[in-house]
Amino acid sequence: MSEDLEFALALVLNGASIGLMYSLIALGFVLVYKATDAINFAQGEFVMLAGLIVAVVLGFEGAPLIAAIVIVVAVMIGFGFGLERVVLRPLLGRPVVAVIMATIGLAAMLRGLGPVIFGSETRAVSLPIGDEPIVLGPASLPPIQVLGAVVAILLFLAFNWFFKKSRMGVAMRAVADNQQVAQAMGINVERYFALAWAMAGVVSALGGVVWGSMLGVDVHLALVGLKVFPVVILGGLDSIGGALVGGLIIGIVESLAAGYLDPYVGGGTKDFAPYVLMILVLMIRPYGIFGKRKIERV
Amino acid sequence: MFHRESGIFKTTYAADAALYPLPVAKWTVAALALIFIVIIPLTVHEYYLSILNLIFIAIVGALGLNILVGYTGQISIGHAAFMSVGAYTAANLAVKLGLPFWITLPAGGLMAAAIGVLVGMPSLRIKGLYLAIATLAGQLIIEWTINRVPAISGGAQASIEVDRPSLFGFSFNTQGSLYFFLLFFAVLAIVATLNLARSRIGRAFVAVRDQDIAAEIIGINIYRYKLLAFAISSFYAGVCGVLYTYYFGIANYEQFQLIVSIDYLAMIIIGGLGSVLGSILGAVFVTLLPIVIRIFMEDVGSLFFTTAEMANVISGLRLGVFGGLIIFFLIVEPEGLNRLWRNIRSYFRVWPFSY
Repeated sequence: MSEDLEFALALVLNGASIGLMYSLIALGFVLVYKATDAINFAQGEFVMLAGLIVAVVLGFEGAPLIAAIVIVVAVMIGFGFGLERVVLRPLLGRPVVAVIMATIGLAAMLRGLGPVIFGSETRAVSLPIGDEPIVLGPASLPPIQVLGAVVAILLFLAFNWFFKKSRMGVAMRAVADNQQVAQAMGINVERYFALAWAMAGVVSALGGVVWGSMLGVDVHLALVGLKVFPVVILGGLDSIGGALVGGLIIGIVESLAAGYLDPYVGGGTKDFAPYVLMILVLMIRPYGIFGKRKIERV
Repeated sequence: MFHRESGIFKTTYAADAALYPLPVAKWTVAALALIFIVIIPLTVHEYYLSILNLIFIAIVGALGLNILVGYTGQISIGHAAFMSVGAYTAANLAVKLGLPFWITLPAGGLMAAAIGVLVGMPSLRIKGLYLAIATLAGQLIIEWTINRVPAISGGAQASIEVDRPSLFGFSFNTQGSLYFFLLFFAVLAIVATLNLARSRIGRAFVAVRDQDIAAEIIGINIYRYKLLAFAISSFYAGVCGVLYTYYFGIANYEQFQLIVSIDYLAMIIIGGLGSVLGSILGAVFVTLLPIVIRIFMEDVGSLFFTTAEMANVISGLRLGVFGGLIIFFLIVEPEGLNRLWRNIRSYFRVWPFSY
């Protein structure tokens, strides 16, 4: 194998594992959009909140990791339910712009108050997985990236099962498909709205553990939320599989751009390439790869 | 503004659209002019003048964003980026070519308008959520570009120092003189927006917002008007950015980050969407809030936080309170402070015989 090819392959593998970690967060966004048609601009802040909670719990002497994860999942479920009840439900039936701005406001609130309540220093979340890079062909990946990728795939499989087989999942799909008909069939639509937000909370909790462990927990952790948009636009806003594929593509594009273009422009292409790709997708195929073609033409 | 007849007696559209709804309104405007031009600059301390100056700049930006979001019903999370386009255009022109402010100011606005139209292009095909995401991408890409291209950003720390504006040899270099400089542009922006809103263009904007299909059927070219809204709105934003640059004497990308876009969204939501008075009230509110929080925290917060933490706590609280207020107003009073003001006024319209 030539050296160029090995370099490219290493970039692709690295990008793919990061990309799967993006899909982990994007899953939360997609779940909410699919079920409730609400757009969550605060997904990154959810992850930050979860990361903060994990870091705070682990900060107590002798607190086991499993306890921290259980606590954060429980708190984020409660947060999801509460949020739906207090903020989203009063906005039902209002223009889509109102919901967008409400979640922007929520994002600002979490980002502002998080550090005030929990302190603004960067905290570490240490997972018992060591620092030895895992060698995978030409690439050597940090174990946290591999763990994140595995968690993302497991969650994807779990949701796949949930939506295909479980009673609640089928009901949720019905709600996503047509709210009025679902209600007529005796499905409590509002309960499934709340459930969708709670599920987004669970996803964010796991995202917070993984991303927090990779980047350290402080306000800047919320910035990973900005990467959600390219992922979901590319994959399709209401497609769970799309979040996975979109994440993979964005991760790989980002990694290749950083590998090949950074030497010429002096770094930072990583934060730039995904958005350019996203604008292109918006122009050509706004509903993404797997999204429903229900976008309203103007 | 303050006086009203005790009912609605208008019989023509012209009367309904008049800039001065009643003869007495002219006196109100005259009184306001007296207060702002003579009394305030003569009596108020320089520190308060500096706050007023910031408010004047914010009014220009808030009016611009309100034209787009409030009147036309489009959304932009990229307005801070348009401001930065205006700011850097003006700074480059002023420093490299030595042009005076009355050229750089419109130039900055026009450049921002051009970029704004470019970013607004997707609004022709998509709306709502997709447009929000497209403008968010616009914000991030413009931020990145300005930060990375030294030809625009002037190299070190991406900031360009600019001399204070001067006219006929008189330099606006104190808070007192900048007060008049900024007051002029704030008033210009207010009057321009009032007139825009009651013109053919303004009515077309509102029609596009309320029902775009119906608007198209009665002969409004919605593509043209949406792009026009983006152009006008980002022109205001660009001018706002130029004013910031001249006011601080420096163009720096940190003043125009994503968070600033959210500040301006907060202004128009808190103030009231689709209203000039709302933009003004929102600008005043959002500019004063951090000052109030700082004063409050300096008194009360020192009980809980050390001095070193204080700066972080204040900026965090500010953001948190903004977020909370955005949600609060969206849920409880979607028409914002403007609506509260109208409620108070209509209560007193027939006071004390309200039944």
